[in-house]
Amino acid sequence: MSKSFLEVDGLSKVYPDRQGGELTVFEDIRFALQKGEFVCIIGHSGCGKSTILNVLAGLDEASTGNVVMNSKEVKGPGLERGVVFQNYSLLPWKTALNNIIFAVKARWPSWSKEKVREHSERYLKMVGLDHAMDRKPSQLSGGMRQRVSIARAFATQPELLLLDEPFGALDALTRGVIQDELVKIWEETRQTVFMITHDVDEAILLSDRIFLMSNGPNARIAESVKVNLPHPRSRATIFQNPAHQKIRHYLVDFLVNRSGSALPEQDGSPRVVDPSTDELTSEPVPAESETKTETTARAVNA
Amino acid sequence: MASLNVRAALLSVSFLILALGMWEMATQPPAATEATSEYELLMGVSGSESRVPPPSAVIKVAWAELSNPFYDAGANDKGIGIQLAYSVYRVLTGYLAAMAIALPLGFLIGMSPLMYKALNPYIQVLRPISPLAWMPLALFIIQDSDASAIFVIFICSIWPMLLNTAFGVANVRSDWVNVARTHELNPFKTAITVILPAAAPTILTGMRISIGIAWLVIVAAEMLVGGTGIGYYVWNEWNNLDLASVIFSILMIGVVGMLLDLALGKAQKLVEYKE
Repeated sequence: MSKSFLEVDGLSKVYPDRQGGELTVFEDIRFALQKGEFVCIIGHSGCGKSTILNVLAGLDEASTGNVVMNSKEVKGPGLERGVVFQNYSLLPWKTALNNIIFAVKARWPSWSKEKVREHSERYLKMVGLDHAMDRKPSQLSGGMRQRVSIARAFATQPELLLLDEPFGALDALTRGVIQDELVKIWEETRQTVFMITHDVDEAILLSDRIFLMSNGPNARIAESVKVNLPHPRSRATIFQNPAHQKIRHYLVDFLVNRSGSALPEQDGSPRVVDPSTDELTSEPVPAESETKTETTARAVNA
Repeated sequence: MASLNVRAALLSVSFLILALGMWEMATQPPAATEATSEYELLMGVSGSESRVPPPSAVIKVAWAELSNPFYDAGANDKGIGIQLAYSVYRVLTGYLAAMAIALPLGFLIGMSPLMYKALNPYIQVLRPISPLAWMPLALFIIQDSDASAIFVIFICSIWPMLLNTAFGVANVRSDWVNVARTHELNPFKTAITVILPAAAPTILTGMRISIGIAWLVIVAAEMLVGGTGIGYYVWNEWNNLDLASVIFSILMIGVVGMLLDLALGKAQKLVEYKE
């Protein structure tokens, strides 16, 4: 079995509830990411998406399970994993450029001042903010702040980029513009990205695969939906592809009708679905070997 | 219509003139009359020494003092500038010593809930003690009146700085700390590059409160220890029954206190940030 770039195995998070019992937000989360993949995760509020992302970032600890990246267990935060938070998390006393310099300096402490500055400016230009270099975050709009935050994350060239609903606080127009920018940057850099979103169209535009989570408590990653659309993509033309309609319909159907009861495969890994080719979307046909295990399991249960 | 500032300035000046005018009128010596009996004369009732001096007398003293603020004519006769300099020196020494302790300790308490819980009871007991209550103990242990005054300043200015530093550090937004964590900053670098600038406005607020309290306390402390300083000067002039000098030095205490506060206010502006 070939090792994936990132492997998440049996993750769960348990909180004590107020009555002295326990509340399992999510359990037995299993998935793997390949290098260069863009994966979005969608699920209703309260299913623990952010917690999963924070565990990957090393900012939070799971109750059980582990995360392995590059054959090394993830314990605590690290520069090889960059994070973009929903609320931007820029340091308000630093200018836009200095926020990026701060990160670049932390990433490459041995670099000269000029090299750090030049590198940082390049990434700020990439998000179209070279004119606002010397402005403080309070003098920038929400969209501009999030661009700085994205530039900061890309500038450190992490092996895995974690985006926690990066456009959640932006208005629809701004969101569209920055999505386009993110597409452009990603086509250039081919970063491995794991992103949380609530927006089905955003997920289709950006990702190679979309993880669908069932509702919490005891939430699971039930399905892994392939986004079979060619790169490079564009927000203006992507909906013309017939596959786009199928994928979109499949995702909406999941979120509206099936997210309460959906379950992953028997072995805990998400069901792999490709709505662009599968005709029977609501009942994916299991592969042969899986049918066998399923029957065995049924036989044991009976 | 003139701008708000101009109108406010005009109003301020007219209040001043009004107040000085009323003060001047109220303190005019009564015209000497025949009615004063020999007995009253003997008792010194009509003597003008026993009344509050008018502002004109105070201005005269101020002019004389300020035209030569640094003269030194012996232990009990030094210029107002020298006296103020002694007080400012004591305040700054005690204040800087307090800073040297309060800022690191505040960081420690703010960053460690364990230290906060362990030290909080002592802080709560020590904080409400009037700084002058420490004076006898300080005099006994230190055996030096000047150092004791500085110690009193130290003890009174440490609390606001300590508590504000701890509060500011403990309440740095977790997002910013997470930024430091995801960039693998070590604890020392995190403290310097993220927590310090984030907590600086709160810390400076504590420092501003402290300097205000220190300046209040130094006057009382110097009245007790004597020798030099603006507090001693006020008390000495009272003993001389020179009320014009007392009033003048009261005003000078206000002016210097305001300057100290202004300086800290400027520093506060420097570290402020908008979210």
